Amino acid sequence: MYEFDWSSIPGALPFLWDGMKISLEITLTAVVIGIVWGTLLAMMRLSSLKPLALFAAGYVNLFRAVPLVMVLLWFFLIVPKFIEQLFGLPPGTDLRLTSAMIGFALFESAYYSEIIRAGIQSVPKGQMAACSALGMTYGQAMRLVILPQAFRNMVPLLLTQAIILFQDTSLVYVSALADFFGAAYKVGDRDGRLVELLLFAGAVYFVICFAASTVVKRLQKKFHPA
Amino acid sequence: MIKISNVSKNYGAFDVLKDCSTTVQKGEVVVVCGPSGSGKSTLIKCVNGLEPFQSGEIIVDGTSVGDPKTNLSKLRSRVGMVFQHFELFPHMSITENLAIAQIKVLGRKQDEAMDKGLKLLDRVGLKAHAHKFPGQLSGGQQQRVAIARALAMDPICMLFDEPTSALDPEMINEVLDVMTELAQEGMTMMCVTHEMGFAKRVANRVIFMDHGRIVEDDSKEAFFANPRSERAQQFLAKILHH
Repeated sequence: MYEFDWSSIPGALPFLWDGMKISLEITLTAVVIGIVWGTLLAMMRLSSLKPLALFAAGYVNLFRAVPLVMVLLWFFLIVPKFIEQLFGLPPGTDLRLTSAMIGFALFESAYYSEIIRAGIQSVPKGQMAACSALGMTYGQAMRLVILPQAFRNMVPLLLTQAIILFQDTSLVYVSALADFFGAAYKVGDRDGRLVELLLFAGAVYFVICFAASTVVKRLQKKFHPA
Repeated sequence: MIKISNVSKNYGAFDVLKDCSTTVQKGEVVVVCGPSGSGKSTLIKCVNGLEPFQSGEIIVDGTSVGDPKTNLSKLRSRVGMVFQHFELFPHMSITENLAIAQIKVLGRKQDEAMDKGLKLLDRVGLKAHAHKFPGQLSGGQQQRVAIARALAMDPICMLFDEPTSALDPEMINEVLDVMTELAQEGMTMMCVTHEMGFAKRVANRVIFMDHGRIVEDDSKEAFFANPRSERAQQFLAKILHH
């Protein structure tokens, strides 16, 4: 019978917290950039300008057709070299966090753009006609009327995607970056208590994501009382 | 004020508008009627360029709508339009609905736009609802707000696209009353509507459309007394029975 020994956890908490900060940092950057870039992609995809629409469709389909781990790995291999050259940094500078952020942001943008596209399309066409009839430009109509309504419809979906994204940040283990999962793994490995640490990490992920989902459900009820 | 010359529009092989020509003088009220699918809504949407057309020309107050060099936004800001489904902005209060285009398009100051909006809201009898949101108003009230929103831009003419078609019967009159008042004040109006009572009361002219063509374009007296085309006779016989 396996005997659990949780004693290595209390001492490792500061290290684990540092890992959690990295996970949260990646999540936050990817959500913010993902929504901004995703909105632009969605607008391009719905645009009547063919090259823009094609570019956005290609981008979204490419990223949605490739496993996230693979995208992350590419970015770990390519982005550091690129940034080193661009900013003249000494070779070997630790850019794992930066490349993780960029990788996640670009990957998530593809998913966010699909959510946002559906959100824009959920706003009745007459709204755009009304804006045009009042003399608003396309940009004004989008900014003042269409996107605010679209985002209001999308808030639950965007948050759900953020929760999935938070779970997916654990995939940065491929670069040995000490995010929360990575940190837990390292501590467990060091102390020979891998099972305990992974159970603990799992419990923490569960509590955070379950709590967040509950909040989303409440929001959903508030926005769409059915 | 509005001059439509030989306008045609098609979706692929399907002709929506065929060689339509008419004019609306300043201060004139023209009712456009006809069976559904006859192209009347499309025609009125061509007037402010919401629908593009392939051939012909529409001149509104000296500006050509179809000309690619025309600043359409600027032209539209001077032409009021009221839609079948109101199209108020649901995420803004009534006051914001009335003020937003005045501020963003005409560059008016916040206070000025609010003042103007409230005055017009009073005029359509809804001042007490200023702080509410569109979803809290009835269809008839929303449509009156939509009319006030269009008037807030000081339009040179107004286009109405079936303004009462989506309304419950008991709300139709409150909207028609506002439109009648507007007509009596001398507003140039082009109205797509099935409300023949309204046409009889306030229209100067009636245009009857069928299959994308303007079949009749006559004074209301002539139109209602003896429509020339068989199609219009049938239409009137059906619609006036109600």
